[in-house]
Amino acid sequence: MNIRLSLTVNDESRELLVPVHKTLLEVLREDLDLIGTKHGCELGECGTCTVLVDGAPVLSCIALPADLQDSDITTVEGMADGSRLHPLQQAFAELGAAQCGYCTPGILLTAKALLADDPTPTRQRIREALAGNLCRCTGYTKILDAVELAALRMGQRPVRAMT
Amino acid sequence: MIRLPAFEYLAPRTVGDAVKYLADRGADAMLVAGGTDLFPNMKRGQFEPKALVGLRGIRELSGVSGDGRAGLTIGAATTLSAVAAHPEVARRYPALATAAGLVSSPQLRNAATLGGNVCVDTRCNWYNQSYEWRKAVGFCMKKDGDICLVAPGSSRCWAVSSSDTAPVLWALGATARLAGPAGERTLPVSALYQDDGIAYLAKRPDEILTELALPAADGWDSVYLKLRRRGSFDFPVLGVAVAVRREGEVVREARVVLGAVASTPREAAAASTALVGQRLTSESITRAAEAAAGPAKPLDNTDFTHPYRKRLVRVYVARALARLAGLDAGPSSFDGFEGRPGFPGEPRALAGGVRGGSSPPRLNNQGAISGPPPST
Ligand SMILES: Cc1cc2nc3c(=O)[nH]c(=O)nc-3n(C[C@H](O)[C@H](O)[C@H](O)COP(=O)(O)OP(=O)(O)OC[C@H]3O[C@@H](n4cnc5c(N)ncnc54)[C@H](O)[C@@H]3O)c2cc1C
Ligand code: SF4
Ligand code: FES
Ligand code: FES
Repeated sequence: MNIRLSLTVNDESRELLVPVHKTLLEVLREDLDLIGTKHGCELGECGTCTVLVDGAPVLSCIALPADLQDSDITTVEGMADGSRLHPLQQAFAELGAAQCGYCTPGILLTAKALLADDPTPTRQRIREALAGNLCRCTGYTKILDAVELAALRMGQRPVRAMT
Repeated sequence: MIRLPAFEYLAPRTVGDAVKYLADRGADAMLVAGGTDLFPNMKRGQFEPKALVGLRGIRELSGVSGDGRAGLTIGAATTLSAVAAHPEVARRYPALATAAGLVSSPQLRNAATLGGNVCVDTRCNWYNQSYEWRKAVGFCMKKDGDICLVAPGSSRCWAVSSSDTAPVLWALGATARLAGPAGERTLPVSALYQDDGIAYLAKRPDEILTELALPAADGWDSVYLKLRRRGSFDFPVLGVAVAVRREGEVVREARVVLGAVASTPREAAAASTALVGQRLTSESITRAAEAAAGPAKPLDNTDFTHPYRKRLVRVYVARALARLAGLDAGPSSFDGFEGRPGFPGEPRALAGGVRGGSSPPRLNNQGAISGPPPST
């Protein structure tokens, strides 16, 4: 059974015809060529496939696009503004918060949603928000540091723009 | 990629249509809400429905109405994130907010629903595996086989009820509303389950859970504690839900309900009885906790050893009651090292530090600073 999907992905509206049993992860990677979203366990157990649906982090490996008609989807490809990296991406690169990088897209998006909700999160709040993203490399410390640095910079931006 | 098998997808807009679609398709169809339990299971071949009836598009199924004075009604398709964050749930039914907020991970809770959590499949180390794994080891009677690998002489399946919210809803005296081809009916959550790992729900397969109703909260306090290996992701290996109604300091009604100790949530009735008419003191708490350990008969089919899980029932019931008595302000989730809740990458405090009561203050999942749990 095929289904006609109409989704907004990274601010572009996309219409496509896909088998209804394809997950959002499969549609993003295979039908829209957005391979920044990673596939890890594919069973809801690791968080690397996280994308934002109407601003909220969800696991694309167990989400059915048929349920997400007309939603707004953000993948890691939608984070940078042209050639300007998102402050989270910038901070992750500067602090070495990515090693193999496999968990990074999911963590960036989860952190983006956190900062939209709470621009000045405590370290504990960051830990809780990222409690659904496994990383096998970094030991997490630099990831937490990078989210704090990005939050700080994002909070300062209007001030800087005035000077 | 581990792919879902093909299915026909039906997305009704009303409960009436959903009931009709389900009845029309009969045994070939299954319901799906958030899909966070069903889709991983379908990917591993545990379920092979030809059609799915999706509940996410039915508006009347999500949302919270009412208040703690009159009672609260929660639509079955309300997400766990919404339940955990709802101010009236958090204030008047804190055990439910805690349980909903401790399910798996934040991302998963944004899709998972309360109704799906109540109906979540039972679990077993021999069952929650890929098709290839199960084939290699030999199938069991829960799917594709005819014996039980945990208790080979047994004629039933012992897979474990692993819902976080079910024991809480039971302890709070919640009722479930069901809609089916014959109309609607309500039954207490305590009557929704039966002790069988395969037929764990007492509802008929053609019935849809539409809402969960909580009675007035006046006079009641509640708490939920969860044991699991990691501070995130993991299902409960033990869940303890306690609700008490006190007049002054004296307990007038109490319900202690255990999760993940059988194929159904299990009320520790003797513990509840032991509390009525008592104040919550360390003596009455110890007596109730001893009584609670009786009905817990875990088998060797989840994480951790079963003697350890059995032993921890007493410890957790005591801890939950101490929390209600104001004698303990510790966290709600513990990993198997008696360590700290929260973040998967966080270094664990190893056993020993906690028991002596001299460990440093800790942060619980709600971000509140707390002291060490009482020695039990
Ligand atoms: C990695 C991982 C970790 C998890 N950890 C936990 C955990 O810690 N605690 C926990 O409790 N669960 C856990 N789960 C299981 C599951 O995600 C949750 O129980 C969740 O709440 C299920 O809700 P859902 O809406 O996604 O259910 P679905 O997957 O949509 O459905 C689950 C079952 O309930 C039935 N169903 C759903 N809604 C209804 C309804 N309204 N009426 C009748 N039947 C219905 C479905 O047919 C299906 O059989 C975990 C799952 C994963 C993948
Ligand atoms: S308890 Fe026995 S029958 Fe049930 S899932 Fe486990 S091995 Fe299979
Ligand atoms: S790939 Fe989706 S949670 Fe692991
Ligand atoms: S950087 Fe390798 S998994 Fe996180």
